[in-house]
Amino acid sequence: MLDIKALAASIDGKPILRGIDLSVPPGQIHAIMGPNGSGKSTLGYVLAGREEYEVTGGSVTFAGADLLAMEPEARAAAGLFLAFQAPVELPGVGNANFLRTALNAVRRARGEAELDAVQFLKLARAEAKRLAMPEDMLKRNVNVGFSGGEKKRNEVLQMALLRPRMAILDETDSGLDIDALKIVADGVNALRGPEFSALVITHHQRLLDHLVPDRVHVLAQGRILQSGGAELARELEASGYAGVVAAAA
Amino acid sequence: MATAMRAGGVPGGVDAFLARFAADAAALPGDGAARRDAAAALTRLGLPGTTAGRRPEAWHFTSLRPLAGLNFVAPVPVLGAPLTIPGFDPAGFTGPRLVFTDGVFDAAASAAPGFATNGAGAGDTLADLRANSLDALNAMLCRDGAAIDIAAGIDGGTLLLVHRAQSPGSSAHPRHRIRIGSQARLSLIEIACGAGETLHNPMSEILLEEGAELHHVRLQLEDRSAFHLASLHARLAAGAIYRGFTLALGARLARTELNLHLVGPGAQAEAHAVQLLSDRQHGDITSCIAHDAPGCASRQQVKNVLTDQAHGVFQGQIQVAQAAQKTDGYQMHQALLLSDGAAVDCKPQLQIFADDVKCSHGATVGALDGDQLFYLQSRGVPRPAARAMLVRAFLDDALTAIADPRALSLAEQAVGGFFERHPA
Repeated sequence: MLDIKALAASIDGKPILRGIDLSVPPGQIHAIMGPNGSGKSTLGYVLAGREEYEVTGGSVTFAGADLLAMEPEARAAAGLFLAFQAPVELPGVGNANFLRTALNAVRRARGEAELDAVQFLKLARAEAKRLAMPEDMLKRNVNVGFSGGEKKRNEVLQMALLRPRMAILDETDSGLDIDALKIVADGVNALRGPEFSALVITHHQRLLDHLVPDRVHVLAQGRILQSGGAELARELEASGYAGVVAAAA
Repeated sequence: MATAMRAGGVPGGVDAFLARFAADAAALPGDGAARRDAAAALTRLGLPGTTAGRRPEAWHFTSLRPLAGLNFVAPVPVLGAPLTIPGFDPAGFTGPRLVFTDGVFDAAASAAPGFATNGAGAGDTLADLRANSLDALNAMLCRDGAAIDIAAGIDGGTLLLVHRAQSPGSSAHPRHRIRIGSQARLSLIEIACGAGETLHNPMSEILLEEGAELHHVRLQLEDRSAFHLASLHARLAAGAIYRGFTLALGARLARTELNLHLVGPGAQAEAHAVQLLSDRQHGDITSCIAHDAPGCASRQQVKNVLTDQAHGVFQGQIQVAQAAQKTDGYQMHQALLLSDGAAVDCKPQLQIFADDVKCSHGATVGALDGDQLFYLQSRGVPRPAARAMLVRAFLDDALTAIADPRALSLAEQAVGGFFERHPA
């Protein structure tokens, strides 16, 4: 599904990613863990197409296509979704209007029929209910005045509506209490299937208890230093990253 | 497309208008003496920028220089065509309406309610013709205009007042008089549109008696080769409410002067404006809100959205006289620059002579937010649509403040049309 080869990227001339190799097959969930400043969020942004980051080397193939050659909106249409660590507030843009515009843009690009207001609201209300979101969150402006947990749930709502083939969750667990964490994990688990993959960026084991990964990778200093099964996350939770980083040095 | 005649041997600019007045004076209706006074004032004031020498302070950011070489003739209106505006749902133009074609009342295209008719002539005026070029030009050449008079206690509903220019190379100088009686109300939607290089120089005089309420949405949709030089003078008695909103998209060069005079205690005025300009358009909103009585409130929110090489101007003066204690004034100007070549000039001016007042103002200039743009794109929204969404969001509070649903619908259609013509 996603093949990253020797990916290097920098911002303002400063190298952040220094050669990432990572392959996520269809149907698998991979976790990326690592200390602060290791490049985890940068990886998410580069994959989603944030233009401030300059790709200085390597390649990314997504569902057979050259991902790095695509505009961010084309990546979304192709089925890539980045759940933001800090979801952006859009004052003056109603959440329902935003969600419908996004959904119909993606549907149009995929050659599917657009949804009218009635069809859309029915779908959005059902998904919002599943995520235990109050219905007025559809009426409010996008993420404006939302609590940290509400913003994260709004990300998962967008993901549920856009039905990506590949979701990158950038610290979607941060700022969530135990109940909200479970709801978010359930939202991702509901999408699981042979055609859905995810890259879960997290600091903590906690989310991975609910969202059990097939593989866990440790990202530090812009490289993947170690990979393993789900048990690696538990080992890291107990021993920290220092050992991994020192061993690689 | 026909254009105004280039001055070749014939003087352009202010001299052309004065020459036209000298030739046509006998045929113009009303008080000849008032017109001659106006001509004298115009001779003295000139059209700022059309002649050599320093422009007056109020014209520091806007020059009428493009008028210098032009000679606009008196139009010969062809009346009676049904009212349509490209890009707008015709259903919005049914119901009570006054239509002026090339500055002349077009009865066949209108559906005038009992309280509204047309009327020409000079006479008493709220405008100080000695001070203002645009008012003097209007007073000298006006032929016709709306005469709206709502008796005390009556709700006039919604009335459309449309100016359409049909004769390229001509100029129209309508004078609209609006009186809303005590405790009466009206929602007035004014639309200026047309085709070709024309000049539209309207003056509106508005009298709001005690407790009267006027919702006034003005949509300036002139042809992009046209000139729009408008002035408005409103006088608010005690407890009167004026809710004004100007949306300006058209014209090559536009200036709108809003003069609101709060003379009765407890009057409330809004003078909001939005300009959406592209190419080399120049749009100027100049306002003066004068608080002369205690306990009045004024609100002003002006937004400039500028792209290409467009130039936006906002000059906002708030005057608080010594007697106007407990004044509550607020003014905000925000500009969104969508290109490197766009520019905005903003001049807020507060003159406060009372000591117990609440008066604040602010101004911001910015570009679209990169984080917001990327967020929308990452959700599949193509970049041009994402930019349009964010510009619409920038305008959201201004547009949703329009209380009349018909006016809001027309304003939304106008804004939507801008995005279609200029995919950001």
